[in-house]
Amino acid sequence: MNNFEYKQAGNTKNAIELINNTPDAAFVAGGTNLIDLWKYDLTHPSGLIDINHLNENAEITTLKDKKVRLGAAARNADTAYHPIIEGRYPLLSKAILAGASAQIRNMASNGGNLLQRTRCYYFYDADVPCNKREPGSGCPAKEGYNRIHAILGTSEECIAVFPSDMCIALAALEAVVNVSGPNGDRSIPFEDFHRLPGDRPDIDNTLGKGEIITSIDLPEEGFSEHYSYLKLRDRHSYAFALVSVATAFKLNGNVIESARIALGGVSHKPWRSIEAEAFLKDKEATAENFAAAADLILRGAKGFGSNDFKIQLAKKAIIRNGLMALNPESQLPGALPSA
Amino acid sequence: MTKTTLNVNQQRYELNLLPWVSLLDALREHLKLTGTKKGCDHGQCGACTVICDGKRILSCLTLAVMKNDSEITTIEGIAGGDELHPIQQAFIDHDAFQCGYCTPGQICSAVGMLQEGHAHTREEVQELMSGNLCRCGANVGIIDAIMEVKDGGTHE
Repeated sequence: MNNFEYKQAGNTKNAIELINNTPDAAFVAGGTNLIDLWKYDLTHPSGLIDINHLNENAEITTLKDKKVRLGAAARNADTAYHPIIEGRYPLLSKAILAGASAQIRNMASNGGNLLQRTRCYYFYDADVPCNKREPGSGCPAKEGYNRIHAILGTSEECIAVFPSDMCIALAALEAVVNVSGPNGDRSIPFEDFHRLPGDRPDIDNTLGKGEIITSIDLPEEGFSEHYSYLKLRDRHSYAFALVSVATAFKLNGNVIESARIALGGVSHKPWRSIEAEAFLKDKEATAENFAAAADLILRGAKGFGSNDFKIQLAKKAIIRNGLMALNPESQLPGALPSA
Repeated sequence: MTKTTLNVNQQRYELNLLPWVSLLDALREHLKLTGTKKGCDHGQCGACTVICDGKRILSCLTLAVMKNDSEITTIEGIAGGDELHPIQQAFIDHDAFQCGYCTPGQICSAVGMLQEGHAHTREEVQELMSGNLCRCGANVGIIDAIMEVKDGGTHE
């Protein structure tokens, strides 16, 4: 563990100045991932810029066009239990509450949730090679114990998964990430925020150097009638997903007008298939159709030995969660499977 | 060194801290409040749970300097003088511990959870207490104790 200096930012502009004037510094909000990585000697910030006091990024507000803005500094728990989110975006609420523990959700910020790093065992073990930690050093996960690893969008260099639950719902809802930096403000569609590993697995996302996430916007449509988040894991609570699914439908009777399906625990980013969602449009909401959509989503899926089971598990999870989304009231605490 | 004011169990402490001192170490090593336990020190076990500004948090993953001016309640501040908090009494009544190492975190977490007000059913209590591990396996007693207090002492 290295020593570091500590500075508190008063506002977003000040935060950007501080990060750009302190080489190798990092922002800290909840600290739930960063402090842990620092304790494991996996990250070595020269300074921490505390962004917990950026009041302009702390709120959850409805915008003029009925979109909803989640402040990046708002806490995961405050977001999940916010009346607007529980009412209009219950899929997001359920996904957040399926992640981590109550203590961590009280600490973790919305912006930080997007920036958390993989929990690949090899990434966390500084004694072994890892292309994400040290580009070019190798990936022992491919031939190693890879039960928790990716089946979609993998590369020769990396098979790590992105561990967030919240982001799986944000992907399904087509959220937009608003960022500020030395070159001004920009907005990044959620689909483009996280990236596949390719030959640069050390880069998790498209946030630029010196940029800060200020907020996340949710489109007006929240799919509050038919939605479900299902999370399958090795213990009932406080574990990362082996496979998770966020499903949302607009229905006319039993006919699907629009469908959103995003998978977690299977890739380096939240995984969506526009083709599968288009396939479901104007079809009956039945297990058979969900199975056909699942085959489209999982086309090209590839296991690495210990995680081969994930392909079948993901298919079953997509079908089950499709049925659960027809009856959202059946959802159980912890996003367990329900009827 | 960073000047940091911590209000712990309604007492004000002025400290000069290095920025990398965790809230857990500040409580234990600087304030000698050793009731809060260091279990994993990585946010996986919940033994270090304290209540900060009304919300339960993990003191091991929190830098003390980030909590300047915050109101913190540790296990030492849960009882009202010599009178046990109902959760503490219920833990005794329900055999909710064996070795006791996770107990301060369990009790702070339970008190925080009841304050937060999102647990309604037994299943929700189990889910919202999942950040506190008990390796002795006293979980059934722990949940029984919390349910009794939550339901006003009527739970068997």
